[in-house]
Amino acid sequence: MSHEISIELEVNRRPVQLVVAPNETLAQVLRDRLSLHGTKVSCDAQVCGTCTVLVDGRAVSSCTFLAADASGTRVTSVEGLAEPETGRLARVQRAFVERAAFQCGYCTAGFLTSATALLSENPNPTRAEVVEYLEGNICRCTGYEAIVAAVLDAADADGTPST
Amino acid sequence: MSTGHSPRLGVTPPHPIGVSVERRDAVPKVTGAATFTADLAVPGMCHAQLLRSPYAHAMIRSIRTDRARAMPGVVAVVSAGDLADVDMLYGHAIRDHPIMAIDRVRFAGEPVAAVVATGLHEAAEALQAIEVDYEELPFVTDPMEAIREGAPVIHPTAHEMGNQRGFAEADVPRHPNVSSASRHAFGDVAAALDRADLVIENDYEYPMIYAYAMEPYVALASWGHRSLEIWTSTQHPFLIQEELARCFRLPLSAISVRVAYIGGGYGTKGYTKIEPLTAALALRARRPVRLALTVEESILTARSVPARIWARSAFSRDGVLLSREARFHMDGGAYAENSPRIAFRTTRRFAGPYRMEALDVQAWSIYTNTAPSSSYRGLGSRQGTFAGETQLDEAAERLGIDALDLRRINLLRPGERPWPGARPLDADLHADLEIVAERLGYGSPLPRDHGRAICLSSADGGAEPTSSALVRLHADGSVTVMCGSAEMGQGSSTVLAQIAAGELGTPLESVRLLNSDTSTTPYDRSTGASRTTTVMGLAIQRAAADIREQLVGWARDLEPEADVEAEPAGVRIGDRSVPWHEVVTRWFGAAGGEVVGRGYVRAEGVTAESPLFWEVGCLGVEVSVERETGRVRVERIVTLGDIGRAIHPQLAEQQDVGGAIMGMGPALHEELRYVDQSMVNGNLWDYRVPRTTDLPEIDAVLAERADGIGPYGAKGGGEAAVNPIGPAIGNAVRNAVGIRLRRLPLTAERVWTALRELESHGKAPTADESAEEGPGRDA
Repeated sequence: MSHEISIELEVNRRPVQLVVAPNETLAQVLRDRLSLHGTKVSCDAQVCGTCTVLVDGRAVSSCTFLAADASGTRVTSVEGLAEPETGRLARVQRAFVERAAFQCGYCTAGFLTSATALLSENPNPTRAEVVEYLEGNICRCTGYEAIVAAVLDAADADGTPST
Repeated sequence: MSTGHSPRLGVTPPHPIGVSVERRDAVPKVTGAATFTADLAVPGMCHAQLLRSPYAHAMIRSIRTDRARAMPGVVAVVSAGDLADVDMLYGHAIRDHPIMAIDRVRFAGEPVAAVVATGLHEAAEALQAIEVDYEELPFVTDPMEAIREGAPVIHPTAHEMGNQRGFAEADVPRHPNVSSASRHAFGDVAAALDRADLVIENDYEYPMIYAYAMEPYVALASWGHRSLEIWTSTQHPFLIQEELARCFRLPLSAISVRVAYIGGGYGTKGYTKIEPLTAALALRARRPVRLALTVEESILTARSVPARIWARSAFSRDGVLLSREARFHMDGGAYAENSPRIAFRTTRRFAGPYRMEALDVQAWSIYTNTAPSSSYRGLGSRQGTFAGETQLDEAAERLGIDALDLRRINLLRPGERPWPGARPLDADLHADLEIVAERLGYGSPLPRDHGRAICLSSADGGAEPTSSALVRLHADGSVTVMCGSAEMGQGSSTVLAQIAAGELGTPLESVRLLNSDTSTTPYDRSTGASRTTTVMGLAIQRAAADIREQLVGWARDLEPEADVEAEPAGVRIGDRSVPWHEVVTRWFGAAGGEVVGRGYVRAEGVTAESPLFWEVGCLGVEVSVERETGRVRVERIVTLGDIGRAIHPQLAEQQDVGGAIMGMGPALHEELRYVDQSMVNGNLWDYRVPRTTDLPEIDAVLAERADGIGPYGAKGGGEAAVNPIGPAIGNAVRNAVGIRLRRLPLTAERVWTALRELESHGKAPTADESAEEGPGRDA
């Protein structure tokens, strides 16, 4: 870690200034530097989707996304999904609660952030589109059915039916 | 999904039993607030990295660590030679597993040395500076090779037995690489074979797989003065406490094993894994140590037990099953871990829920120079059911009897004993089979290259009935439940809180369940074998009853003249209803106070007979086969959870949905492979688990007949779908395209090859004579 890099970014709507190593990942910054432990790491190789966060609204694997490359971006982790002042859960979080769309919960942050990205790109996805979009996220407990249903519920909740 | 297909029997249980309330862990888990072991840190905490053997079998001539010790940030470099004061061998079945390799390595990937440093990066750098001089030995990674005359002996000296064996051994001569031999037999097999009109005999194979709990193994150990605290991602904190007490020669009371939220278990977080090693490193470092394995290292810590199976079943011409025999050769890896117990369970799980006059099942767990194995959801049942249910369909074809009719002829009735001395069947599989057949549309027309099948299973569930619980009712009426069951996502913290709330008439919101912690929560043998709702549920019911009994007594103390009687949420004293907590505060005569209820479960009364319950499975699938590629797609699954009583129907259904999808993996593509000395696909790029795009249409049904011994008639759930899905998919593929594969997974390559063989020779390469008769009745 010969030289260090100064970065400025927004994490969950708050400004953050840090000096990071060139090989430091966004997941390490979130977990180890900012104590945002909601982002979990599993495969550590961009295969499982567990560590997914939003960078400028796009879903990325924070385990392989360099912190230096996050400079100047808006990062949203699972802690940033709920309404900041009231703590009111986002629609997709509420849908996950109602469907019990998790068991152990280790992959949940990644599914919630991926689903948030999907619903912002495509507010009324079909079931097939949800399934396709979430293919990069692995869950070993639920068998996915409740997760897909929860994401469709969250899409439905804004009043326009999905087809 | 739907529930309530079967009528609920018996008295209506109290609210909120049977209600799909919001999970207790829901908000923490969707906001990122839930704390897992990997999220914990303590002051002064250091990080450990492990140096692993590149060889499958070698002597360690020397380990040089001086260069590593001198590197920046390094706190300690540890190998077995540095742990002379520690009892190095652990193992609940056989004490054969060294905390780190002693003189000899037995599998590629075995920990040989460790670095503890102030940072992970420093530890990784120092690892490179350790020099190990190995002398390679002949190795064996195949279980059948391992039991040949002249095979390298993996454990040349005998080991002590562990104290949590829980299985009986067969007294038979054995190869030194056999860690355990089990046999289960009754009746006269020879006589049955003599009378049989059809005998089916074949070889089957269930693969070596990996559960992939998404949270890899992680532990954090911290020593006090002659005391140890360890946070670890485990299902069995109390069994780990016992092993740590032995290794470090401390009383049980000096060891606190603490469990945070667990990121998936499925059996693989059971028994002792990296805890003695983490504790040993913290001891030498004199600092708290965190050891967090990667997924690749976790695969080398605990893969599943594969099986090579020979099985034979005998039938009369009208389809009556006369006898079953099987021999299971099970690769337990370099250290026995739970493989002896798995072999034992396999002998009890192969027969299936069928009536027969004779049975003879033998299973051997075998040492090989491969990664250690561990429990994995449905242990023994998945392997045994694959052979047994495949063979039933083979028999149906040969007998010209529909595969379901053959099962209808032989299925045990409720109350029938599977074998002498076993608990009578506490399930109605005849009814279950009809439900699944109807919902699957069994027998109705299908598109070309589609096939259906239904398979059943039965497993001796519940493990040992050793559990205890404390329930505290506070001065404001709120309740704290202290029990050692581990919440690993299955929902035990919700279901057990529902039971406590129901028993005491307390609002669910005011019930709190403590995390499993051996220093505060009382002893619970384990969280596994689908036992928690049944066994811990009973313990909590009894603790609540103890509270009610005490409070009735206290009310009599207060008003000796009045009639006192327990009510759902308090006591009736004379003609007044007094809530529980008012009795508490009046009895103490103070603003505070509480009442503590105790509940114990042991092998007596309803839990005397073994098994505690039969964990039965009944599952239907529809598959399609793409002839051009050999790719099998599961189109539909019907699961049936015969669980007696659903305390929380949503969670009960999800156990089956999750189990079914998990079980699709080894049926279709999951298999860990060894080439030469090493596992070659022990990573997530090469080892693919099911994803959203594999998801079929799923119909999850619950059958609630209140026929279990647990609270309100409940019994275990969670393995009902995973156990029978392998043979169900295999049989459905047979029915779709006429090929019979007796080895899982049914990879596209294997299916494609078998289809080509069938097309060019009119015979599948691994098919028996019955293949020529073409697809079964449900094609």
